[in-house]
Amino acid sequence: MKILVAVKQVPDTATQVKISADPRAIDTTGITWIVSPYDEFAVEEALRIKEKRGQGEVVAVSLGPERVKEALRSCLAMGCDRAIHLNDPAWNDADTLVTSKALAAVVKQEAPQLLLCGRQAIDDDMGAVAAQLAELLGWPCASWIMEEAIDGDGKTVRTARQVEGGLEVFDLPLPAVLTAQKGLNEPRYPTLRGIMGAKKKEIRDVKAADLGWAPEPPQLSVVTLEALPPRPPGRILQGDVPTAVKELVRSLREEAKAI
Amino acid sequence: MKLDATEEQQMIQAMAREFAETAIRPVAAEIDREGRFPHETVKRMGELGLMGVAIPEPWGGSGADTVAYVLALEEIAKACGSHAAIMSVNNSLYCDPVYKFGTDAQRERFLRPAAAGHALGGFALSEPQAGSDARNQQTLAVRDGGHYVLNGRKQFVTNGREAAFVLVFCATDRAKAHRGITALVVEKGTTGFLVPKTEDKLGIRASDTAELVFEDCRVPTANRLGEEGMGFKIALATLDGGRVGIAAQAVGLAAGAFERSVAYARERKSFGVAIGQHQMVQWMLADMATAIDGARLLTLRAAGLKDKGRPYTTAAAMAKLFAAETAMKVTTDAVQVHGGYGFIKDYEVERYFRDAKITQIYEGTSQIQKLVIARAVLGGTE
Repeated sequence: MKILVAVKQVPDTATQVKISADPRAIDTTGITWIVSPYDEFAVEEALRIKEKRGQGEVVAVSLGPERVKEALRSCLAMGCDRAIHLNDPAWNDADTLVTSKALAAVVKQEAPQLLLCGRQAIDDDMGAVAAQLAELLGWPCASWIMEEAIDGDGKTVRTARQVEGGLEVFDLPLPAVLTAQKGLNEPRYPTLRGIMGAKKKEIRDVKAADLGWAPEPPQLSVVTLEALPPRPPGRILQGDVPTAVKELVRSLREEAKAI
Repeated sequence: MKLDATEEQQMIQAMAREFAETAIRPVAAEIDREGRFPHETVKRMGELGLMGVAIPEPWGGSGADTVAYVLALEEIAKACGSHAAIMSVNNSLYCDPVYKFGTDAQRERFLRPAAAGHALGGFALSEPQAGSDARNQQTLAVRDGGHYVLNGRKQFVTNGREAAFVLVFCATDRAKAHRGITALVVEKGTTGFLVPKTEDKLGIRASDTAELVFEDCRVPTANRLGEEGMGFKIALATLDGGRVGIAAQAVGLAAGAFERSVAYARERKSFGVAIGQHQMVQWMLADMATAIDGARLLTLRAAGLKDKGRPYTTAAAMAKLFAAETAMKVTTDAVQVHGGYGFIKDYEVERYFRDAKITQIYEGTSQIQKLVIARAVLGGTE
């Protein structure tokens, strides 16, 4: 079974995000880039499916600038067989739909039986690409899955997705798009051998022209980014209990307008 | 001069950091308190390829290099000195010499399982009366047909109880003094190979430091590493590599204690401000940061020289000396930054302080490193 995993490179979760001189972008100086954690669940699940079936191919694919190769190499170190890098300045301002269209063109070329994604990337939290891909491909899609089981023939997949208070179970015909929620699995660490072997694996560069597809202008563009206002400091109410409680109720009602 | 790690080295370091932080650090205090060998995490380190980092893949290793090894080892030590000791001995003091001096048949039997992390190796040179004076080997091996009959006592053997294989140094010809020392791989379970005692230690308490006793222990001559009389040469060559590992362990302990100190200096308040605002604390932190970076650079230089196949005995001695002294000073100051809280076990710096002490002692004391360095300065040994 061939499985494609779409991943996004994002700033490390510990990053202190700063807005750059251009207010439409963040300052990327000194940022450590990682594979978005939900995408790591997707990679792990793809590798487990391959291991469980004893055969198959797992291909990681990502769209972005040259640095994205590092993220793809992390996927190769974890055990993906090869990677595809959509690497073209034409995609610099890609919105989710442009990204999805480019990825869909690659998916059509590769014709996998399963496409796995994270439930959303942790940078802009759009969570749109996987669903858009499914729509463009005409494939069924189950989002936020916690479990999956592919039948022996590789014709259908049973998924359990997280809903309020429980799991919702679906059977989907393959090919299908699944998005991974935390709890689906515990991603492995790359082994040293995996890391040393990653460079020997193929990362294929794909340009917009290779997909026979003229990039279109994004329909969504960032107008400006604004930093969150700093949180006001906490306040300790003074005085004896009856006075403090009275003041607390007053502040909650008049200042915080919470009651 | 190039100081950037390769992409693979950075990935190995990042993996080791994450594994150490999420899997090792949470158990470090408990295994230290109980003096318990961490089987579970050591097994996982083996699966990740951390137990034979620089050994080529065909022999069970990861096929990386010494620079990757010290970067990973520092990260492990940052979380736990005991794990670092176990990893360092298996990599540097056991796998390295068996790879370098072993035949293919010996590599197959004695190296592959240890490099792949399926079994542990140990290194038995020290004796009750032979520590720094390692030439004074009292353990005796007498040839008897296809075997050596081994008798004697080895002291302070890291991994001594857990090891499946121990590289034992012994006298095969006393008349030839250190040229009569031979190295034998002795397998656990061999009749007459006893482990009567595990030491109760100040630091690295979760690594098993054992006394080994050999009583008419028959070891096949096929287990001899190199020729008869080559043992002392093997021991010295091995210790050069070992010292780079201990330097990395010392850097890690210092860096771990430093990170805790910075965090503490940011949050702990005295006289109305975070203690990091006080110049006395700032000076300590600045000295710590500078010394750690110096120790790390010396360690990486020694590792780089080893990888290039260039002489590195003096560089290794300098790295080990400076890193061990740095670890002791930095962990002492880390306790000081924490004040009374540094003296109790609730904060990790107390453990780093105890773990750091051994780095000034094992694999050549700081005094022995100075001897090695002074010889190079005065006479040139390389």
